[in-house]
Amino acid sequence: MLSISNVSAGYGSFRALFGVSLEVKAGESVAVIGPNGAGKTTLLRAISKLIDLTGGEVTMEGRSLRQVAPHKVIATGIAHVPENRRLFPRLTVEENLKMGSFPVSSRTRFPEKRKFVFDLFPRLEERRNQLAGTLSGGEQQMCAIGRALMSGPKLLLLDEPSAGLAPVVVQSIMQMVKRICAEGYTVLIVEQNIRQVLKVVDRAYLLETGRIKSSGTAAELLASAEIRKAYLGI
Amino acid sequence: MKILLLALLALLAGTPFYGLGNYPLHLVIMCLLWGYVYTSWSIMGRLGLVSFGHGAFLGIGAYSVVMLWNHFGVSPWIGAIAGVIVSALVAVIIGLPCFRFKIVGHYFALVTLALSEVTRLIIVALRDQTGGSLGATPNTALAQGNAWSLGALQFSDKVVWFYAILVVWLAGLWVWAKVDRGMTRLALEAISHEEEAAASIGINVTRSKLFVTLISAVMTSLGGVLYAQYQLYINPETVSGIGISLQMVFGVIAGGMYVMLGPTVGAVFTLLLAEGLRLALGDAFKQFPALDLAVYGLMLVLFIIYLPKGILGTALEALNKRGPAAR
Amino acid sequence: MEVFDIFLLEAVLNGILLGGLLALLSLGLNLIFGVIDVVWICYAEMIMIGMYAVYALHVQQGWPLLAAMAAGIAIVALLGALMHQFIIRPVLSAEPINQLLVTGGVLFFLQAAATLAFGIEFKNLGVKLPPVAIGEMSFSMPRIIAFVVAVAGVAATYLFLTRTYIGTAIRAISQDREIMPLVGVNPGRIFVVTSALGGSLAGLSACLLVLQYDIHPAIGLSFGPITFLICVLGGLGNMLGGLIAAFIFAQFISVGGFVLAIEWGYVIAFVFFIAVMFWRPQGILGGK
Repeated sequence: MLSISNVSAGYGSFRALFGVSLEVKAGESVAVIGPNGAGKTTLLRAISKLIDLTGGEVTMEGRSLRQVAPHKVIATGIAHVPENRRLFPRLTVEENLKMGSFPVSSRTRFPEKRKFVFDLFPRLEERRNQLAGTLSGGEQQMCAIGRALMSGPKLLLLDEPSAGLAPVVVQSIMQMVKRICAEGYTVLIVEQNIRQVLKVVDRAYLLETGRIKSSGTAAELLASAEIRKAYLGI
Repeated sequence: MKILLLALLALLAGTPFYGLGNYPLHLVIMCLLWGYVYTSWSIMGRLGLVSFGHGAFLGIGAYSVVMLWNHFGVSPWIGAIAGVIVSALVAVIIGLPCFRFKIVGHYFALVTLALSEVTRLIIVALRDQTGGSLGATPNTALAQGNAWSLGALQFSDKVVWFYAILVVWLAGLWVWAKVDRGMTRLALEAISHEEEAAASIGINVTRSKLFVTLISAVMTSLGGVLYAQYQLYINPETVSGIGISLQMVFGVIAGGMYVMLGPTVGAVFTLLLAEGLRLALGDAFKQFPALDLAVYGLMLVLFIIYLPKGILGTALEALNKRGPAAR
Repeated sequence: MEVFDIFLLEAVLNGILLGGLLALLSLGLNLIFGVIDVVWICYAEMIMIGMYAVYALHVQQGWPLLAAMAAGIAIVALLGALMHQFIIRPVLSAEPINQLLVTGGVLFFLQAAATLAFGIEFKNLGVKLPPVAIGEMSFSMPRIIAFVVAVAGVAATYLFLTRTYIGTAIRAISQDREIMPLVGVNPGRIFVVTSALGGSLAGLSACLLVLQYDIHPAIGLSFGPITFLICVLGGLGNMLGGLIAAFIFAQFISVGGFVLAIEWGYVIAFVFFIAVMFWRPQGILGGK
């Protein structure tokens, strides 16, 4: 579904990604794991065209994103849940969801999608008229994922959904991710919380200093001596 | 470079002897006078303290001398001192809280804009004393064929005014350079860019800002005094309020805020633009009295978009690029 | 003493009527600042252009008044969109003060353009509406109309901002500009729409002002400063704060003007503004 080949990108003169290639097939859930500053967020931002590529190519269902304007990426079926959730704090939960279905083609399905999101996260329905800025961290993450689901995407990009959350909440967020995968969404998730994320995804790539270091199924990576030593502290 | 500047100055000083006639001499005087006022503004403006309120100081200077002279017969020399003191007080009253509470950027511009409007409105409101929007004329001291009266600061001969204002203009440039090169320069540059950083290396930000504000206000107010005495007519619109305040800002922007002669170049440019259009269009100009303003406004927009360093700033930069020795 | 009180009450009520109009005036400017982060110093001049447009179409071209007003609103809305596209967009990443100044250049230009087109003589629509008497008090009809329409305009803007997708996006973009493309919003387009909306509010204000005041090229200077100050007082970009500030200012002007003279009303309002800035630099309802 999503294919990234030899992608390089950065900010000004600083290069964050060096020829990264990876593949996400329809129905899969894939994680990109790695330490802080490895370029994980940059990778997702490059896919959504929030930053420009300096080299390489991203294709979604065989179609290159090169000529696609940033605000049109969503129409190709990619929805991006950004780092730190980035809800609109002074809009209500419902209004945030409404922003999620901003593209004209999504608007008619707003009630249907909203019902889907509320079924998935009943908590959000209880808080629908509350300002997003007043939600708890876990609720904000639900709202951010809900907002992304409103456009009816095929592929969901999740950037560090567990960041800044208490361990208990992290577990429930990971369960949410698992449910979203089970609903048939293709998911590309970026995480520092390697142990948790490897429990819920099918495959993973290890990204270090802007380069893919290794890849495999979640079970393989969990078993790999390198990862166990460097990241899991075993 | 220094020799060139001195030669130019000598050339300028000789202006009255070129037989130009009264009107061109008047234009030169106006260029110098506004050059001085714009220079005064830029002492603050170049540090990021963009004031939209200098009309207040101009107005206080102009109205102080004329009102004291007309109503109480106080000599303009004393009146000028009074105007300077009032301007300094106003500058402190507005500046101190602004700088202490870190009112900057948009907010500073709008607070000072309020100040210039308050001044204009007070002048209008005191119409029984000031003549309101109709303006005021200093009582003449030049009756019975007197060509000049030093005590009343009135001279019928433009040559006297030319030299007086030339000296003031040079003094203004000297102050500009002094502030620029003086002890506080590094401090001021630091303030305009990184206020917190400046504070952290032990610079008293509030005091430094207040210092330049005082200098700028006092100089501007003296400009108002000279304007009133030279033109012998003032009205609230021409020496206070938002119109003249904006005009000062734009004159400086057009000429170049960060070079010493930039504000003067801005003054020359704006005055010559109006005159040039008037000459070029001849009679048509009389039918379209605002054409110069229209061109002026359009040029300002283009300047800020394409030439944010101003005429002189851009020219000097281009020169420097071609040969570093040129400056 | 009783007569004095009834006139004071009249002044207070007139202040409320004026407040509605000032609220509408500040709303458009606040909207633009809140979304685009740029103060249009020439906002009042755009209103002036709207007033001349209504005058030209109604008096010179003989259009029916309401048609002329509708066209006037459309013209200023278009002017707003052009303003953004050709003046603001090139300086969007420049220093804030340059953005302020560039709109000041437009101020001079619009003033001069109006002088070129219409001269410096005062113009008016020649529409005379009878005053409304309530007991011993008398109110000007155009003022009452202005109040009612202004309140309706503010309400319509509120509904637009809360009920429509574009309106919600306008509010959202002021909270997080960078991620707008992630929800499929083109920020550039929202900026143009906001500018046009701000322009149309200026146009509506023009229609209401032209019923009350004579038009001349410098009229923008007479209510421009007060509009900025209302916005700053309410907290730049804070629309609710702007509305409250408008009514406070209107009382100063109306009651102060009644007790002293109209200029003193303004002086008091401006001094009040400066005082409040020192007390709460972020405006009465500003956050942070």
